[in-house]
Amino acid sequence: MSMSGEAVELPIRTDATPEEKVSARQLKKQQRLADAKTKLSSPWASGIAIVLAILWTIPTFGLFVTSFRPKADIDTSGWWTFFANPGITFDNYTQAFSGSGGLGPFFLNSFVIVFPAVIIPITLALLAAYAFAWIEFPGRDFLFVAVFALQIVPLQVALIPLQSIFVSAGLQNSFWPVWIAHTIFGLPLAIFIMHNFMKEIPASIIEAARVDGAGHVKIFFVVLMPLLVPAIAAFGIFQFLWVWNDLLVALVFAPSPNLTPVTAAIAGLSGTRGQDWQLLSAGAFIAIIVPLVVFLSLQRFFVRGLLAGGVKG
Amino acid sequence: MDWFLRPESVTDKLLVMVVAILLFVVVLGGILWLIDRPKVPLWVLVAGFLGPVTIALAVGLFYPAALTVWRSFQVSSVVLGDNGKPIIDRATGQRSTALSFSLDNYKEVFTDPNFQKVLINTAIWVIFVPIVATIFGLIYAVIVDRTRFEKVAKALIFLPMAISMVGASIIWKFVYEYRQAGVPQIGLGNQILVWLGLDPYQFLITEPWNTFFLIVVMIWIQAGFAMTLLSAAIKAVPDDIVEAAQLDGATGFKLFMKVTVPTIRPAIVVVLTTIAMATLKAFDIVRTMTGGNFGTSVVANEFYTQSFRQGEEGKGLGAALAVILFVIIIPVIAYNVRQMRLVEETR
Repeated sequence: MSMSGEAVELPIRTDATPEEKVSARQLKKQQRLADAKTKLSSPWASGIAIVLAILWTIPTFGLFVTSFRPKADIDTSGWWTFFANPGITFDNYTQAFSGSGGLGPFFLNSFVIVFPAVIIPITLALLAAYAFAWIEFPGRDFLFVAVFALQIVPLQVALIPLQSIFVSAGLQNSFWPVWIAHTIFGLPLAIFIMHNFMKEIPASIIEAARVDGAGHVKIFFVVLMPLLVPAIAAFGIFQFLWVWNDLLVALVFAPSPNLTPVTAAIAGLSGTRGQDWQLLSAGAFIAIIVPLVVFLSLQRFFVRGLLAGGVKG
Repeated sequence: MDWFLRPESVTDKLLVMVVAILLFVVVLGGILWLIDRPKVPLWVLVAGFLGPVTIALAVGLFYPAALTVWRSFQVSSVVLGDNGKPIIDRATGQRSTALSFSLDNYKEVFTDPNFQKVLINTAIWVIFVPIVATIFGLIYAVIVDRTRFEKVAKALIFLPMAISMVGASIIWKFVYEYRQAGVPQIGLGNQILVWLGLDPYQFLITEPWNTFFLIVVMIWIQAGFAMTLLSAAIKAVPDDIVEAAQLDGATGFKLFMKVTVPTIRPAIVVVLTTIAMATLKAFDIVRTMTGGNFGTSVVANEFYTQSFRQGEEGKGLGAALAVILFVIIIPVIAYNVRQMRLVEETR
């Protein structure tokens, strides 16, 4: 497990040079260590914090244990009896992934959906954010406010007419509606966040490049992109998790089993096979595992994205 | 072109995905190549950078939203011919219907008891989830600050944020699983009741408390978000403010209420409003755990149910519900944006 604490400390916007940042942070850290030692409440606080954290994790842990128990055990005893009477099987996972109606194909659909639905909106948002930040043109402020305001439109308001548009275009049996819908719904927030990051880059860097004769396209690729890698990573992870975990867009735009992603598939399973816990528990973890790995390995970027205002309903 | 518009095999799907990405890269690359000239007019340059986004948002978001607002003011009625009888459509054999302007969709949503229940449930969600999640997140952020297990403990609290709401719903559905008294319980919630000597309880079915048991799931998810943002805000409180208060004799709880909370107030408001927006829009939990049955539906879920009902009536009601959701969200967002500015200024 790593480091939400450290990630939180990363200053999102700061004018300090790297050297100053490091030394200031080290000083703060030493100060904190000294504080922690003198604090009387520290062992108590640690104890309460860890107990709450464990309580918070028990529901997930219970389903995790269940996913490895034989069906007969699951149906007749609670998962907490597992430790007195252990019996492990991987059948649940085999059945849930590759049994008839298993989640394997839906898992593939999730991957097919998620890559274009992350790459396309981020690229478009970067271009738009660049124009808003560094190209002067008449009507810029109006357009930016309009895009900013579109963030307030809940998905629900646009969903049904958008679906009719796709149907009349004959796209309803393909992945195009899902990709396009995720792109459109992700854009306003993506533009807003990328614009925030882009505005932080000192104007002198852009001007220096311009004096050297670079055009906007060149400045965008050669000067800005390398500086924006952390921002792109932060929002990319965000959009990835959002698309992977989404239910509403999937239900509306990918209703046929041929297109349905794994999250929507497991939601359906919970309705139709609500009592088959051997299937549901393993299935839930198949659906969860990818976001879990992404989150645990890239936590610092994820938290950074959150702190930059990357919250989408 | 079946793989393009109707992919079925694994190779078809992977192929269409790669093609989609390549197509996007080629088209965009072409646009950028065209505008990357020394003497390109300004408007061409701007169109190259902003054109795709503007078209996507205008056609894909603004126009559909306007249609939904329009549709919410329309009801479907049977068209009567000159003889006062319904006209039968020759092609379909159905009565012809037409849409006309009306406030009936809104009237029904606000006066029908079932819909009133939905509105009340939504209000309960949007009051309880943000407040409880924020208070828990704030307290936890304070407790865990500077302790030995800070990183691990925070990661565990934050974990539900990464799991989908669908996954969280299944996790909690298992906690709430009900078996009759006398039979071994398999859900932890009912087992605890049995250990306490109580009867097992139908958490998801018994009204009116089932709504609160659904709310628990959303709080479980959002508390980690609240904790993360508030923890960052607490760590950013300048040390000299805290030291000055300590010199004045403030300690412990008093220090927290009089100094820490007022200092991070904008961050608290951002967290509250952000969670409120997420709560208003979220339908996954209700959909997955009860399907909106047993009196648990909320506006976002009812929107879905109505919009995909047979016939035209549901579409109008669905549109009205979507617009209501939109109207409720606007003031929350306005407040959120204002406070966000304050947070940025203090950073």
